[in-house]
Amino acid sequence: MRKALAVGRKEFWQIVRDGRTLMILLFVPAFFLGLYGYALNFDIRHIRLAVMDREHNPDSRELISSFTHSTFFDIVATVTSMTDIERLMDRGEIRAALVIPEGMSRDLRSGRVAQVQVLINGDNANTATTVFGYAQAIVRGVSAQLQLEIITGGRLQPPISAEPRIWYNPELTSTLFLVPGLIGFIVMISSVVSTSMSIVREKERGTWEQVRMAPISNVSYVVGKTIPYFAISLVSAFFIIAAAMLLFGLPMRGSWLLLLFAVSLFLVGALGTGLLVSTLVDSQSLAFQVSLLISMLPTIILSGFIFPIASMPAPIRAITYVVPARYFLAALRAIVLKGVDLHVVSTQLVALGVYAVGVLGLASVRLGKEKV
Amino acid sequence: MRRLGFLIRKEFQEIKRNPRMLRVLLIAPVFQLGILGYAATTDVKNVPMMVVDADRTVASRDLIGRFEGSPYFSVTGVTSRHQDVDDALQHRTAWMAVSIPAGYGRDIADGIPVTVQVIADGTDSNSATVGLAYATSLIAEKAVDVALSRLGAGGVVLPVGSIEARTRVWFNPQLLSQWFMVPGVLALLLMITTTVLGAVAIVREKELGTLEQLNVTPLRRWELTVGKLLPFGLIGVIQVFLVVAVTVLWFQIPLRGSFALLFGLSLVYLLCTLSLGLLVSTISATQQQAMMTAVFFFVVPMIYLSGFIFPIENMPRVIQPLTYLIPLRYFLVIVRGIFLKGVGLESFWPDALMMLAWGVTVLTLATMRSRKTLR
Repeated sequence: MRKALAVGRKEFWQIVRDGRTLMILLFVPAFFLGLYGYALNFDIRHIRLAVMDREHNPDSRELISSFTHSTFFDIVATVTSMTDIERLMDRGEIRAALVIPEGMSRDLRSGRVAQVQVLINGDNANTATTVFGYAQAIVRGVSAQLQLEIITGGRLQPPISAEPRIWYNPELTSTLFLVPGLIGFIVMISSVVSTSMSIVREKERGTWEQVRMAPISNVSYVVGKTIPYFAISLVSAFFIIAAAMLLFGLPMRGSWLLLLFAVSLFLVGALGTGLLVSTLVDSQSLAFQVSLLISMLPTIILSGFIFPIASMPAPIRAITYVVPARYFLAALRAIVLKGVDLHVVSTQLVALGVYAVGVLGLASVRLGKEKV
Repeated sequence: MRRLGFLIRKEFQEIKRNPRMLRVLLIAPVFQLGILGYAATTDVKNVPMMVVDADRTVASRDLIGRFEGSPYFSVTGVTSRHQDVDDALQHRTAWMAVSIPAGYGRDIADGIPVTVQVIADGTDSNSATVGLAYATSLIAEKAVDVALSRLGAGGVVLPVGSIEARTRVWFNPQLLSQWFMVPGVLALLLMITTTVLGAVAIVREKELGTLEQLNVTPLRRWELTVGKLLPFGLIGVIQVFLVVAVTVLWFQIPLRGSFALLFGLSLVYLLCTLSLGLLVSTISATQQQAMMTAVFFFVVPMIYLSGFIFPIENMPRVIQPLTYLIPLRYFLVIVRGIFLKGVGLESFWPDALMMLAWGVTVLTLATMRSRKTLR
C-alpha cells in the first residue's frame, strides 16, 4: 500500500506539473456540459410545416389547429400549389407539409376514407421518423374526434377519454434525459483517455525499464497509477453534476451517497479500461486511437444515451451489455430523476462492479506479462 | 523535391514499423460503421407498457387487445395493483402504463363517460411524447366504436368514414436511419483519425527530442509540413474508399451522385482535418496535451455541434452561429447530399467553398505557428 501511494504521488505530481492537462481534466468537462446541454436538443418540436388547404371548412381547420396545438409543429407557410411545397422543401425552409384535399369532409361524412397527405423531408431519418409517427397519431386522433362529432351530432361527451400523466419529467424536456448521458460520456472519455497514456508514456520515454526493476507488485502499481486519476476524475465528475444542477435544473431526488458510489464504480471501470489499453499497446498515439474507439463511440451510440436500446436489433442489443456506460446511465437517471433506492439500481451497480474488477484484473495480468 | 521524397519515405517506414496502428486505423472504420449503422435509430416502436386492469371485464380486455395489436406498444404485464406501475417505471421495465378503472365495462354499457389514465415515464421525452400521442389516438378510436355501437343499438346508423394520413417521405422513403447515419460516419471517422494523427505528428518529435535533428536538416518548412501530413492523408484516402465500399456494398445505401465529386471534396476535407491536427501539434508541448486538446476542444464539439446526430435547427440561436466554424458541418451536407439526394456542386457549392476556405486558413495558421515553435 505504501508503494502504491508512492506511485500515486509521483503520477499525481506529473499531472499537476502539466497544467493544461490538469485543466482539461478538471474544469473543461463542466464547461462543455454547459455548452452541450444548451446546444443539444432532442425534442423534435417546432418542426417547420407548410399547409396547403384545398378544403377550407371547419373540418380542415380543426385538423390544422391540431397540428399547431401540438408543440411539434409550427406552421411557417400557407401555400396553394405543390410546386411551392417542393421549392420550400428543397431550400430547407420546411421539414414537412400537410396537404388537405378538396372533398375531405364529403368523404368523411359519406362513409369513405378521406386521405390527407403528409410530406416529410427524410434526409434526417431520425427526425423524420418521429415526425412521421406524430403526424399519424394527430390525424388519427382528429379523425376519431370528427367521427364522434358526426355520430353524436356534437351533443354527447366522448364515451371514453384518455387522461395523460407524465411522471418524473412532466415538462418533457429532453435536457433532463440528455444531461445524465453527457455526464457519463464526459467522465468516460476523460478518464479512459488520461490513463491509457500513463503506462505507454513510460514505455515511450524509456522509463519503463526502471519501473520494471522496481520492487513493486503489479497490483500496487496498477492501484498507484489509478489513484490520482480517480481523485481528479471524481472531483471533475462532481463539478459536472453541480453544473448540471445549476444550469439545467437537474434535480437530485435520490441519495448523494448512492450517487457517489455509482460514480466511483463507473470511474474505476473507466480508469481500468484505460490502463488495460495502456498495457496492450506501445505508443501514445495508438493508445489514444484505441481508447477513443472503445470508449467514445460505444458511449454515444450503445449506452442508451441518445438511441433507445429497446429499438436496437437483437445482436446489437447483446453488445450493449458489455458497455459500462449502459449501466451507469440507467443508474444515474434512476437515482437523479426518479430518486430510487439501492435495491432498484443494484443490478446496475453489480454489473459496474464486475466490469471494474474484471478490467483491473486483466490490466494487472497483462502488466505481469509485460514486466517479465 | 527529393528531400521531400525522403521524408515521406521515412514517415511511411515509421507507420510500417507499427503494424498495429495500421490495423486499428483500417479495422476501426468498418467496426464503427457496423455498429452505427444498426444501432442508431430513434424510432419509437415496441414501447414496453404495463396495464393496470381494475375492471377485468370483456370490455377492458378488448381495450387491452388494441394496445397489444399495435406495433407501437408491447404489453409486458397486466396487473390490478397500482404499486406495480411504480415499480415497473422505476426499474424501467415499462416506459408507459395504461390504467383502466374499476366499473369501466359497466359505465360504458350505461352510457356514462369514463376516463382511462395513460402514464408515461417522462425521462425519455421523445419516446414519451410519441407514445402518449399514439395511446390517446387508440383510445379515441375505441370511443368512436363505442359510440357507433351504442347508436347502432338504437337503430340509427349514420354513415361515417375516416381520415387517413398518406405519408410520403422524400429522399429516404423507407425512413432507414442507416441512410442518415452511415454516410455521416465517413465524415466523422476521417476527422477522428486524421486530426489525431496530425496532432501527434510534430509533438512526438518534440517529445522524443528528434525535432532538433529535423531542424538542422536542409528541409524547408513546407516540405516538413507536407512530408508529415501526406502519409496521413493517404491513410485517409484509403479510409474513404473503404467506407464508401462498405456503405454501398454492405448497407446497400445508394450513391446517387458522383463518386469523383465525393472523392475530390473528401480531399478538401482531409486538408481541413490534417491542418487542424497540425495546428494542435504546434500549440502543444506533449502528446498527451495534444490529444486531449484535439479531442476536447475539437473532435467532441464537432461531433455534437455539426448536425451529425442533433439537428442544428433545434439548437438555440446563440449556438447556431458556432456551427459555421465546423468543417464537419459542411462536409456532412456534402456527403449526405451526394449520397441521398444525388445532387452536385450546384446545390452545395457554398458549403464546399466554406470548407476550402477553412482548410486553407487553418493550414496557413498552423504553418505560421510552426515557424515560431520550431526556431
